[in-house]
Amino acid sequence: MSLISTLARMEAVEAGRAQPLATVRHRHLSERPLVFVPLTTSGEAGAPLGALVGTDPGAPRLLVVPQPRDRDLRFAFLAELAGEILPYVDSFAVDVEAVERSEADPETGKKVKVEVELCADAPQLVVPSRAGVEYVRLLGRSMRFRRTAEQDPETPFPAPPRVPLLGRWLTHFGERARVPGSSLLVAATDLLNRHWATGQSSLEDQHLGALLAWIAPDDGGSGADAALRAELARDAKGQLLCPPAGPATDPAFDNRLLAPAIEAYDRARLALGAAEDGGAAEDGLAALTRAEREIHRLVASQLKPTWDAVWRALDVLRELPEGARVADRWTRDRWSFTGQRDRIAAGEPPQPRRDDAVTAAQKLAAREQAQGQLEAQEALDDPLVMAGRRLSGEAFVAEVVEVTMTRTDNNRPRPLLTVRTDDRPHLGEGVKAYRSLDGKPQAAECAGQEPDGALVLRVLDRMGRGKEPAEGSVPEKGERIVWTLFEHDQRPGAKLPDPEETPWTHGGPPRSDAAELPDATTPEDIL
Amino acid sequence: MTFDRADTDFDPSAEAARATADILASTLHGTARGVVVDSPPGAGKSTLVVRAALELAAAGRPLMIVAQTNAQVDDLVLRIAEKQPDLPVGRLHSNDSDPYDKALEDLEQVRKSAKAAELAGLPVVVSTAAKWAHVKNVEPWAHAIVDEAYQMRSDALLAVAGLFERALFVGDPGQLDPFSVVGAEQWAGLSYDPSASAVSTLLAHNPDLPQHRLPVSWRLPASAAPLVSDAFYPYTPFRSGTGHGDRKLSFGVPSDGSAPDRVLDEAAESGWGLLELPARHTPRTDPEAVHAVALVVRRLLDRGGAAISERSPDPVPLTPDRVAVGTAHRDQAAAVRAALAGLGVSGVTVDTANRLQGREYDLTVVLHPLSGRPDATAFHLETGRLCVLASRHRHACVVVCRAGVADLLDEHPSTEPVQLGVTVKFPDGWEANHAVLSHLAEHRVAWTAP
Repeated sequence: MSLISTLARMEAVEAGRAQPLATVRHRHLSERPLVFVPLTTSGEAGAPLGALVGTDPGAPRLLVVPQPRDRDLRFAFLAELAGEILPYVDSFAVDVEAVERSEADPETGKKVKVEVELCADAPQLVVPSRAGVEYVRLLGRSMRFRRTAEQDPETPFPAPPRVPLLGRWLTHFGERARVPGSSLLVAATDLLNRHWATGQSSLEDQHLGALLAWIAPDDGGSGADAALRAELARDAKGQLLCPPAGPATDPAFDNRLLAPAIEAYDRARLALGAAEDGGAAEDGLAALTRAEREIHRLVASQLKPTWDAVWRALDVLRELPEGARVADRWTRDRWSFTGQRDRIAAGEPPQPRRDDAVTAAQKLAAREQAQGQLEAQEALDDPLVMAGRRLSGEAFVAEVVEVTMTRTDNNRPRPLLTVRTDDRPHLGEGVKAYRSLDGKPQAAECAGQEPDGALVLRVLDRMGRGKEPAEGSVPEKGERIVWTLFEHDQRPGAKLPDPEETPWTHGGPPRSDAAELPDATTPEDIL
Repeated sequence: MTFDRADTDFDPSAEAARATADILASTLHGTARGVVVDSPPGAGKSTLVVRAALELAAAGRPLMIVAQTNAQVDDLVLRIAEKQPDLPVGRLHSNDSDPYDKALEDLEQVRKSAKAAELAGLPVVVSTAAKWAHVKNVEPWAHAIVDEAYQMRSDALLAVAGLFERALFVGDPGQLDPFSVVGAEQWAGLSYDPSASAVSTLLAHNPDLPQHRLPVSWRLPASAAPLVSDAFYPYTPFRSGTGHGDRKLSFGVPSDGSAPDRVLDEAAESGWGLLELPARHTPRTDPEAVHAVALVVRRLLDRGGAAISERSPDPVPLTPDRVAVGTAHRDQAAAVRAALAGLGVSGVTVDTANRLQGREYDLTVVLHPLSGRPDATAFHLETGRLCVLASRHRHACVVVCRAGVADLLDEHPSTEPVQLGVTVKFPDGWEANHAVLSHLAEHRVAWTAP
């Protein structure tokens, strides 16, 4: 944790309210996000219990699995979920803009400009917490290798038609969420934690209710008290007033309310199956409907507070103006979305279970690059973030006190700036510093330190091609400039070999004959 | 914990020569595509690389050398040029300004270029892994030497492995593992986990490759080799090349009785010194500890240290360039530099463990990674970090630390999740830290305010 965020946390403790960590919003928020609040069945990995999903805070769609161990009911739930999520995703696939991109010509190998489609906007899934992101991944993994009756008429347990497709999309969202700064799939707690520091531990910050209590307490009282209430307060029946944001449920809810309700449902189903005449069947059906409604009511009671909290969090975040470079990162998300859209349209198989060596290395390189870019962009967008970097010696604000023109051997201008700063940058001789000039980085190197502590910087580039520096490209006396010791852009990494060219050190090319087979049926599938 | 070194049948030079001969034999005449050499600190790894390079060049095998940093590349080029001045060597460099050491300018046999094609046909071409990764569409080299292979990431090897037919991988398994600034857990356990070290991927896919080990550390004194070997290389022990009487550190000016002077005397006598400050939780740049480090260095230089070693019969003065200060974090290094400047000391290397890897000094002063911390994170417990800091010296090492680190360790057992398919690394940092601390405790000097 950086010194400045430690300070913000201490101030939050003292003030009883969360303290800002940013002055602008560093993540893209969609005009029309899809909020997805899933619940899972305790003790049954990958068995959903229910979900609230939708784009309208006032009209969530409630999906419930009354008996989570029943595969048919689970498939029905997933089919309904696909019916909610896929039309939303598809609605972004149609509106495209034409963009020029340079690609290597397959025959000549030369770079040529080609016109490609880029989706004008992309979907955004918002889940309550990081565990929710993980759950999206799990759902994706559990669905994408399923076969529908259409794909494989022989499959003993065909999945409903759109379920594998939903699995592929959720996998894509889950994988994209691992890219720093991406916004296709975001957790409300992560968004809030990026922008505010609370007076509680980072573990407690994973509790959406407690986190919101620090940031936007209802009654204006102490955030710590409100957070404690959100975490612990229970009603007369021993149920939490603020249920956990899922996907895990509260054990008290499971044991005292949910388990009896599911038992009642099972009994009603048995009774209905055993009904011998029309009257008994009618009674049985009524009992089953009642039992099912009761489970719906219970699950909704756990989901609704979280649903409201997620929208509340989005409202709070919307009050912050968007950072200048956020749109740039969102464009990358749009590329990611467009790419997945095209892969599905081209009939490519689902994402493999495991990345091959080259794909894994490419993903890691891309994420490291995104991380570096995110850190630089956040600092450049936001003086408060930059203050943190200044405090840690990675940036400094300095006033130019003198400009002396010097030249290289071949007569290129190399102005020397004498600058004065109160910051304490880790700036040794020869270390480079960068400033933003019309949105592009200009580099200088430290040429030494005067006896009175002033720093001497030699400007190295962006002064035009002429003998004299271009107008406005050299700082003037009296200017106050932010210099960073980190680069503003990330250098593109080297191209890796194609997967077919994987070298012997990494096991050689992946086998192409072993196509990914659908998941085998396990005993758990047919409980 | 130390094993008996009074046995006379161990001849370090002969042992080292035998190991080197074996390595060269498998590299030049073996059938395997790769050869792996594990080298403890200061075991003559660079010497081996240079020797292997010259022999491969002499055998007419086009050779590329992959090192990890530009400084390492320049160092290798200089060493090769020194050993065999008539051998043409290519130095492939980046397009940045000042891409290589100015000393290479004077060497006519070294051709410098940013384009691999311009260096084609030279017997030896040396560059960094990052630069090699950009080389495309060239005839593969018959042989490669990958230096510091344990500090190279698997994905970096993936990018360059297509450039060579066979390779010699040399490195120190005890130093810092490569790291990634983003999470890579999703690939943990895969044989080609891109965030793992190049050697672990190589051996996972080619388990039958011959593996060699250099058995003697020429850098570490007899006082340090057993501790470093036991604590960090418990299953691949090594010995020091020199005996207890071979090296001696002395001061022209006697101790003034202050804590820095006493800890220096202890270190000169025994090879280790622990300057212990009172227990306290501090920020990373603990001002008192930083001041203590600076004061130890100041006194060391003031007292006219002189070193006697197998390298020269006469005492060699302990000048600032023979001294280094090691820290865990960059801000700590910056704070120490500022404190040293405040005491009028210049010319002493101050850097983090990452950057001190592969370097050698007569005396090191180390700010303990766990000093003053309220917690022991995986970063601070990493075996390699402590190993680097405790194995840079030829004569003595002074550790500056707050009291209470042993208790801190006991409160923070390692809790890293166990990943399926990942080889558990031994020893873990927790145990290695305890081993070093218990040894240092025997050389403890308590801090007293001057």
